[in-house]
Amino acid sequence: MPSLKDLKNRIGSVKSTRKITKAMQMVAAAKLRRAQEAAEAARPYAERMNAVMSSLAASVGGSDAAPRLLAGTGADQTHLLVVMTAERGLCGGFNSTIVRLARTKANDLLKQGKTVKILTVGKKGREQLKRDFAKYFVAHIDLSDVKKMGYDNAQGIARDLIHRFDHGEFDVATIFFNRFQSVISQVPTEQQVIPAKFDADAEEGASTLYDYEPSEEEILADLLPRGVATQVFTALLENAASEQGARMTAMDNATRNAGDMIDRLTIEYNRSRQAAITKELIEIISGAEAL
Amino acid sequence: MADTMQFDLVSPERRLASVQAREVRIPGADGDLTAMPDHSPLITTLRPGILTVVTAEGMNDYAVIGGFAEISAAGASVLAERAMPKAEVKASDMDALIADATAEVAEAPAEGKDAANKLVADLQALKAALGL
Repeated sequence: MPSLKDLKNRIGSVKSTRKITKAMQMVAAAKLRRAQEAAEAARPYAERMNAVMSSLAASVGGSDAAPRLLAGTGADQTHLLVVMTAERGLCGGFNSTIVRLARTKANDLLKQGKTVKILTVGKKGREQLKRDFAKYFVAHIDLSDVKKMGYDNAQGIARDLIHRFDHGEFDVATIFFNRFQSVISQVPTEQQVIPAKFDADAEEGASTLYDYEPSEEEILADLLPRGVATQVFTALLENAASEQGARMTAMDNATRNAGDMIDRLTIEYNRSRQAAITKELIEIISGAEAL
Repeated sequence: MADTMQFDLVSPERRLASVQAREVRIPGADGDLTAMPDHSPLITTLRPGILTVVTAEGMNDYAVIGGFAEISAAGASVLAERAMPKAEVKASDMDALIADATAEVAEAPAEGKDAANKLVADLQALKAALGL
């Protein structure tokens, strides 16, 4: 049975924990709104880009002149997995769900006898993958001092990927991130970025016949790296919003649990206080009766 | 003939303009062009330069770097990798971009040298045009 003093200390510590989780929840809520706005603002660009790229890819893709970024190397032996996670923890299952998806994929590929390379973005994913996959790590991109996710960050990552691709380090690159659906639901997603793939559902533009200046091939060669950067950027933004959403939910739960715990501890505290008083009274009364 | 057309200027980070424009002057990779309503459908890449939008209210200038323009009869949309209103461009930003581009010239493979050099020249021309 803990003493009264212990209980009191315990209640005090849980109370301050609750204050912290409450504050974290509110901070996450504010950051989530900003992250969502950023994701929203990036959407028109990504959508147009995707539409144009898919119509271009459809018209050039079949020919021999198709750039390597689109056509691929012709092999799929070496896979690069780009695992995008958060720099910080305390956001529920956010990091683990991405890591789990990446791990399953990596194991599948290894079973098929493929070569796997892993590039991590964000510290948490690296830590979780280190135990099983440390020997496959090729690089790590640290975004911990990035305050606001900008297009430059995405461009940096995309450049790095394309550079590695050009040097024949891998055949297929896939990015792993959480797609933001709502505050309580984030969907771990894998998306192939190299060779570039574009959703073919943007068919509305296909009916117009465009003139191209310079030629279609040149435009495609110019736009493909940008398309990759845009996909990475979208993933980064979705991830940022998901992270804050996940943290908000996790901290909301933590706050509620702390409240429950305080209630329970307070009842226990009052009971033992009552018991101590009763005990003291019994001692006094039985002492008086003995006289 | 329609008097105006829908014009959108978007960068990856935000939508800079979405207006009814009378004409849009676009710095295309193969030369400048002006898009007006009922232009034939065209897709062109951009070189760094100044994009001018003429609306009923007046003219707006934007500095755009990289990306492409998609023009159709009903409107034009420009997707620029970097775009900002002319007044917001700072000399230091331009210098940083020029320095980056210059560094890339050294790295570029032989067949890409010309393109890399052209980028530097275009950026310098843009800086001069902005009066920085």
